Amino acid sequence: MRILKSKWHILVCLIITLIAYVPMFNAFAESSADIPKPKSNYSDETRCVEPVAIMRKQHFVYLLEHRDKTVIEGIRTTQYSLNACIDCHITPNAEGEFARYSDDTHFCASCHQFTAVNIDCFQCHADRPEEAIRKTRNPNTTVTAHTQEIHEYLQLGETQPH
Amino acid sequence: METTRFSSIDANSLQYWILLGGLALATLVGVLAAHHMDLEGHHISGMSNQIVWGFPHVAAIFLIIAASGALNVASISSVFGKTDYKPLARMSGLLAIALLVGGLAILVLDLGRPDLLIVAMTKYNFKSIFAWNIFLYTGFIVITVIYLWMMMERKMNKFIKVTGFAAFLWRLILTTGTGSIFGFLVARQAYDAAIMAPLFVIMSFAFGMATFILVLMASYKWTHRTLGDVMLSKLKNLLGIFVAAILYFVLAYHLANLYATEHHGIERFILLDGGIYTFLFWAGHIVIGCLVPLALVFIKPMSQSRGMTMLAAGLVIMGGIAQLYVIIIGGQAYPLVLFPGMEESSSFFDGVVAEYTPSIFELLLGFGGICLALAIVTVGIAILEFLPESLSDKALSLDSARSNSI
Amino acid sequence: MRYKLDLDIEEVNTDRRDFLRRAATVGGLAIAPGVILYQTGAAKPADQAVSSQQRWGMLVNTNVCQEDCDACVTACNEEHGLWDLGRPETDAQWIRKLNVKDKQTGHVTSLPMMCQHCENPPCVDVCPTGASFRREDGIVLVDKHTCIGCRYCMLACPYKARSFVHEPLQDQLPHSPRGKGCVESCTLCVHKVDRGDNNTACAEACAKDGHQALLFGDLNDPSSEISKQLKQHGGTQIRADLGLNTGVRYQGI
Repeated sequence: MRILKSKWHILVCLIITLIAYVPMFNAFAESSADIPKPKSNYSDETRCVEPVAIMRKQHFVYLLEHRDKTVIEGIRTTQYSLNACIDCHITPNAEGEFARYSDDTHFCASCHQFTAVNIDCFQCHADRPEEAIRKTRNPNTTVTAHTQEIHEYLQLGETQPH
Repeated sequence: METTRFSSIDANSLQYWILLGGLALATLVGVLAAHHMDLEGHHISGMSNQIVWGFPHVAAIFLIIAASGALNVASISSVFGKTDYKPLARMSGLLAIALLVGGLAILVLDLGRPDLLIVAMTKYNFKSIFAWNIFLYTGFIVITVIYLWMMMERKMNKFIKVTGFAAFLWRLILTTGTGSIFGFLVARQAYDAAIMAPLFVIMSFAFGMATFILVLMASYKWTHRTLGDVMLSKLKNLLGIFVAAILYFVLAYHLANLYATEHHGIERFILLDGGIYTFLFWAGHIVIGCLVPLALVFIKPMSQSRGMTMLAAGLVIMGGIAQLYVIIIGGQAYPLVLFPGMEESSSFFDGVVAEYTPSIFELLLGFGGICLALAIVTVGIAILEFLPESLSDKALSLDSARSNSI
Repeated sequence: MRYKLDLDIEEVNTDRRDFLRRAATVGGLAIAPGVILYQTGAAKPADQAVSSQQRWGMLVNTNVCQEDCDACVTACNEEHGLWDLGRPETDAQWIRKLNVKDKQTGHVTSLPMMCQHCENPPCVDVCPTGASFRREDGIVLVDKHTCIGCRYCMLACPYKARSFVHEPLQDQLPHSPRGKGCVESCTLCVHKVDRGDNNTACAEACAKDGHQALLFGDLNDPSSEISKQLKQHGGTQIRADLGLNTGVRYQGI
């Protein structure tokens, strides 16, 4: 613990930490420009389903509340449904392509990457609207090619046929 | 009563650090294997939609029931008043906790979503025997820790009998619960039998005792302490009785199944033509795990040799793993019967014996859990006073003479 | 951890409007006689919880189920985005074609096998976290938010109806979320049921191929086609000895 006794060392550590953070701010500034805008306003009165400031801070609270209602009680309102969020917020870029959650231009990823908050929603849930997913899912792809595709996406390397 | 001198072992030797380092390394490899399996998904394991529990579960359940059995020695001393075993009670508690932690670590790391473990800790379905087991396992650790504290803190010694009795009851319920994980499965031919619970209890007695004997012999040999023949032969004889009891319960289980025509399919599979499972049942479980150890333990001159006792304990462990392999994996490999008396076929392996070969990741995970348990013991005996300085015949007879006179 | 909202949630009522529109359509169909091919119960309003007034179920007529046809299986895979990854041991199958051969006579019955949506499901009994659950309307589901992937339900299921997702997935469909490390099974097309389709993908496919071997409906409604069929011709449960009171019934076995 001798190192902590010297104030000089602490100062150096602080500066290094600060410098390390600079690229992150930059990345955010750059990428936020590319993030597609939502499709439309939710209603004439509000842009999102709740005031934007509240959504930024509390969207997960709404999602959590709604998720149990949907799964257990079968309530299918769209106001706080994750699918509805995705449908509105994930829009194509100029080339007509939809970002995946693994891309930093994905609406959710853009913020979650920056704040380093890991979410597991998209391990199961669709990260793009259905039309976009149907486009990438080619039912004619052969089995092994499809497996390979998925593995390339996940960077798992070669697959051995079973 | 307090004549036994306990002391922590000397942890400054190179050998100690090599042992601990090796165990830690194996544990780490096990964790890495589990992590890899988690990243890639379980398809890289040998497990499938047919064999949903594989080698990790065999190793984990072995450790869990051995844990409950390891506490036996302590129970014998404080519940049944056999003071001869008292010097071993502390070690028995430590080994019980270590084995249970090792087993639970395997189970948790093999989950499909180990990251959701917090859910398992906060949301319970109280009809699930599995949920009861979560309480039984954590409760076992807590009770054993308290028990150890009562034993090691002189002021608390008066509570030994009460806590010892609580721990004894708890461990019986625990193994009943573990056996019932299988006993309560109505749909499977090999399970759905109430005898699973007592069978698992008696298996825990034997596997726990075998593990205890091996760990005790190794730790006394490596620390150059004296382990007398009297103590060892008591433990050895107990092991023999437990192994004989396993044979009895296994016989009762199979006889009941053989009587009912409904179960002839599964019996034929396990006893006659199940390939690896038949081999493991007869060669692994019955011969290596029961008959040979019985001979080594009870027939002269083998029964008088320490090496043979050690071998017997080792064989009981190997046979135990074979037995659990047959119960857990063999029970799943035999096809589920949807239409009794009919031949079933589908694209989902209906009506065919499921194939299973454990992958290297599963083996490493299972082995890692065992090493974690041993590492906990290795650390435990070095930092606290678990081991008596001497278990020589002379020290023991002195002990029991004094406690008898009190 | 539960988060409590300190806000009043006033749902903007678009869903109700949606529902009214849909209800009107269904009503219109019902007015024209002879148009209705299958029972069209009105969809419940989106903001209303399901209730035990319904018990959804399925009737399989094995007499008309063709041995060489797997239209139901293909439709299910397509509907829920289940991929064949070329690893039959670990690939998910929510519905499968099962051939049952009588050893004595050699007679073969072909039938689809899937989650039987039991009233007393063993999977729900054994699930440690309560992730396996039975919805009020009788549909047995896995709440993947609380499924820890222990696979005990797969051991407990008498019908081998469940699959474990053995690999990371991508491109899941919005209405059928599924992912690595969770157990899954037939949802009785719960998204379609809630939408008011009053049918499942497999039954639709079977009807489209002209076999009509699968009939979806409400077992609690005596006027539903499935209840009438069951009342008139009867239907058996598979492994009825277990007393599970399955929601899927079979004829001709």
